[in-house]
Amino acid sequence: MPGTPPRWRPGLKLQKFRVECMSVVENENVAGTQAGLRISEASAGDFFALLKPRVMSLVVFTAFAGMVLAPGHINFAIATIAIACIAVGAGASGALNMWFDADIDAVMDRTAKRPIPAGKVMPGEALIFGLVLSAFSVVILDLAVNSVAAGLLAFTIFFYAVVYTMWLKRSTPQNIVIGGAAGAFPPMIGWACVTGGVSLDSIILFLIIFLWTPAHFWALALFKMKDYGAAGVPMLPNVAGIPTTKKQIVLYAVLTAAVGVAPAFTGLSSVYYGAFSGLLGLALVWMSIGVLRMDDADQKMVPAKKLFAYSILYLFVIFLALMIDRLAMHLFSVGGIA
Amino acid sequence: MIETVKLTDAQKKSRRGRNIALGLVLAGLVVIFYIMTIVKFSSGHA
Repeated sequence: MPGTPPRWRPGLKLQKFRVECMSVVENENVAGTQAGLRISEASAGDFFALLKPRVMSLVVFTAFAGMVLAPGHINFAIATIAIACIAVGAGASGALNMWFDADIDAVMDRTAKRPIPAGKVMPGEALIFGLVLSAFSVVILDLAVNSVAAGLLAFTIFFYAVVYTMWLKRSTPQNIVIGGAAGAFPPMIGWACVTGGVSLDSIILFLIIFLWTPAHFWALALFKMKDYGAAGVPMLPNVAGIPTTKKQIVLYAVLTAAVGVAPAFTGLSSVYYGAFSGLLGLALVWMSIGVLRMDDADQKMVPAKKLFAYSILYLFVIFLALMIDRLAMHLFSVGGIA
Repeated sequence: MIETVKLTDAQKKSRRGRNIALGLVLAGLVVIFYIMTIVKFSSGHA
């Protein structure tokens, strides 16, 4: 600024001194704007988008299912806080994922409109946002519920943000197989909120999502091959080829269908659930065989798109059926029928 | 001499939205800690 800076003198009121000292600069002319001195135009909605709301809704649903299925009782208010913590923790890991993956998100159609590549949120803002929410969600879950659940949530955030996003995603075609564990933990966390521990049944709930993830994501990867190829992400179809991917999809669909009926054998659910989930699993396997039969040169890849859509429905209905079955078992036992 | 920046309308609007969201989050935290305290006290864990 030209001229000598004004100095405070006795008798000058602070407010007036401030006015003398200040000069208004047009926003566009802020020195150093290109060097990172930037005034954010990010809306609250942009920050919410960093939390991956659709993934978060699935996390809330499966964590809730874990709570419902777990033996024991939890205070309703505490359960609500626990669900909120799990949702925010999952969202925080999504924000950290978007921070780290902004470069590859920018070159893929599916992710190019995310807040960071779209230029709405600065990477540093997303990083701090993710870290703060991670810390708050874990600490509050520990204070409100128990340390086992909080520990599992902390591990889930670490696994998704560091093990999957920073390490596996760009280094191995098995990325989503191992990384799928991060998405599989929520029902186990919900279970731990009620029981304070981990058991065979909660591991089965974990395995349902863990084994479901490859078939689900590889179906997507088949018809998004070009996107992943352009971004340099080593998804299985790009690295091992379409025929190998199709066989792997069938393998994981069979494993998912098998573990999907397991709750009926451990006593977590009834035989009615077992029969119903068996049918859902058969449909999953049948659709994966449809993908196997699909021509390798098929450009539209309709069977893969159908499998992708059905896999989402499958997971939702399986967990819904488990909860309904548990409710029915409880009602019948209370009524003295079973 | 201190320089202040004249915000554009879009920046003012987004800042107001973020402030409201932050206010709601803080209010939510107050409610959460209140509920946690009441529940823990009533169940004898405190």
